[in-house]
Amino acid sequence: MSDTFQLDGAVVPFEPGQTVMQAALAAGHYIPHLCYHPEFKPHGSCKLCTVKVNGRTIASCTMPAEAGLNVESNIEELNALRRALVQMLFAEGNHFCPSCEKSGNCVLQALGYDLEVHATGFRHLYPDRPLDASHPDILLDFNRCVLCELCVRASSEVDGKNVFALAGRGITKHLIVNSESGLLKDTNIALTDKAMEVCPVGVILKKRVGFSQPIGERRYDQRPISAQALDDAPRLSGSGGSCPACEDAS
Amino acid sequence: MTADLETAAHPENLRRVAIDPVSRVEGHGKVTLLLDENDHIHQVRLHIVEFRGFEKFIQGRPYWEAPVMVQRLCGICPVSHHLAASKAMDMIVGATLTPTAEKVRRLMHYGQILQSHALHFFHLCSPDLLFGFDSDVAKRNIVGIVAAYPEIAKQGVLLRKFGQEVIRITAGKRVHGTGSIPGGVNKNVSIEERDYLLKDIEQIVTWSQESVGIARKLFEQNLNLYNEFGTFKAHTLSIVRADGAMDLYHGGLRARDMNGKTLFDHQDYGRYWDVIFEDVKPWSYMKFPFLRSLGPENGWYRVGPLTRVTQCDFIPTPLAEAQRKEFMAFNGGSAAKATLGTHWARMIEMLHAAEQIRELLNDPDLQGNELITKGKRQERGIGVIEAPRGTLIHHYKVDDNDQIVRCNLIVSTTHNNQAMNEAIRQVARQYLDGKKLTEGLLNHIEVAIRAFDPCLSCATHALGKMPLEVELLDAEGGRVDALTRNSSGALCDSIS
Repeated sequence: MSDTFQLDGAVVPFEPGQTVMQAALAAGHYIPHLCYHPEFKPHGSCKLCTVKVNGRTIASCTMPAEAGLNVESNIEELNALRRALVQMLFAEGNHFCPSCEKSGNCVLQALGYDLEVHATGFRHLYPDRPLDASHPDILLDFNRCVLCELCVRASSEVDGKNVFALAGRGITKHLIVNSESGLLKDTNIALTDKAMEVCPVGVILKKRVGFSQPIGERRYDQRPISAQALDDAPRLSGSGGSCPACEDAS
Repeated sequence: MTADLETAAHPENLRRVAIDPVSRVEGHGKVTLLLDENDHIHQVRLHIVEFRGFEKFIQGRPYWEAPVMVQRLCGICPVSHHLAASKAMDMIVGATLTPTAEKVRRLMHYGQILQSHALHFFHLCSPDLLFGFDSDVAKRNIVGIVAAYPEIAKQGVLLRKFGQEVIRITAGKRVHGTGSIPGGVNKNVSIEERDYLLKDIEQIVTWSQESVGIARKLFEQNLNLYNEFGTFKAHTLSIVRADGAMDLYHGGLRARDMNGKTLFDHQDYGRYWDVIFEDVKPWSYMKFPFLRSLGPENGWYRVGPLTRVTQCDFIPTPLAEAQRKEFMAFNGGSAAKATLGTHWARMIEMLHAAEQIRELLNDPDLQGNELITKGKRQERGIGVIEAPRGTLIHHYKVDDNDQIVRCNLIVSTTHNNQAMNEAIRQVARQYLDGKKLTEGLLNHIEVAIRAFDPCLSCATHALGKMPLEVELLDAEGGRVDALTRNSSGALCDSIS
């Protein structure tokens, strides 16, 4: 029999080695998240999964589950902070959902809807981020990057290529590619790479796909991300879980 | 009074009257008049002060994004931009559409024509037409129509709703969908979707027929007014099918001069610049397209429903064709030349759209599964379509990295720029010359502009309540009178 902790008043069982996030999702409890991905080590950078554990705020994707913890997640105080985080991500990049081909499949957009982000909240920075369209089959639209490093982790840990990295610090931090020219066409990326599948927003795109998926059939047209994430969760209980979102994309 | 009223010979001694802003699609326009001491008019200009910037900020974007991005130019007829850009991108990817793709797109387009024409006639213009141009402003709006003519108002709403449903099923959303993509479409029409539309189509055709009757009756009842109001002679441009039939989705360019002589016919729109060029004037942000063979001064022309109905050899659906013949023959052809005849022509097109939708819904190709094709990649793509308001041209250049490097859009209202100027000049001669400013007078200008269904009237969604300001300045530039209408429709005399 496994140990348990409390999440918003519910009893959540967990296996040794699971994080609060993993145990919660596996038990059917959604905690909003963006940079967390079942196939990669927790990153803890987006902070959307922040919960209160015994009164302290902490990222649930990095917090090891422990017996007897009292975890608060779905409370207005934290949801207000999550809304502000999503608003800041929208303000920091150039996210134009109306003409973005990732619309309907975008985690950031889905989080915005699910958290009821109804206004921009912050003045947009409108950064100047030219596209890298140099590769014949792959387009990089840096305007939409949220610095989650999923592509960095996928390229390094799964593909063994190190195509992507983050450079700069603070507000100037940005995604770069590993080639002397700085262009994607001079890297060894391939369409079959894991890094091609994991981008939660519309940065890494297979060219000439565009809007071929009709409205109504896109991932978050069907169900909100809070329900979709739970559909994926049971597959995480075993070691080395996979992500249906990535499988859809491949 | 000068002959053309575009530019006064001696503006320094004239007083200026401005209607500013006249709302346009998500932008602004204004009308200015120069009058002498005896209130005679020397200059009238419709200035379109829009600046949207789409042609610039589409640069650098991947070409497959264009059909979805550029449709945001408009919230009333985005399908026109969606399809014109898609047609241009078909050229870029070297595609010849499958029957399913072309028919789904045509269905989307005729749904668009239906909803846009219904919106314009019933929601935006019927208060002017049914109550009178200078009728009680408190009632001259859609609410007044609902109270006085509930059946007409209901039909207008439901006609538009049906068109929007056609768009939703083919494009994914009622406004700003994604159905049309380079080389085809992203979905077909299922049997269930087809049957959902088929259950109402007979009613829609019937109502569309009755709408033509309303437009005709209005013309008949006010024959002298409708014949003359803002009427002028113009060259005309539209696309027509290879056999000369009306085709709002595809065809070659046809132009006639103001006396009906054909200037060119079945011109490949892929080289539209051989026959059309754009002039720039210092007093407007909008360009002035002209027919090259006639030059910038005399080559301006009119597009839209009146042009299309009078310029095609026939309409390829029986009910609309019968109405076209009656329209052309009416009163010795006077309606076919009248600016206000545009409303009647628009309703004939709406009937044609309803018939086309019925025909397409019964075509099994809509359920086909071959949705996309591609061929030899091209550098340049041009898409032309007859939007509800007239000929719409999209022109793109795409580089080897799939990024758009150049874009030129000539939208329907731009084609009609000079024609609208002519119409308000004619109204100024007929109704304003020597008169004191009133709300009804202002509305006469709007009525003339509205006949063209420019994005101006679409964008406001506030019939008869466009925020307008008219200022009377003396020769030294001092303000002697001003009349303001705010967004709630209230009039205020700022001086007295």
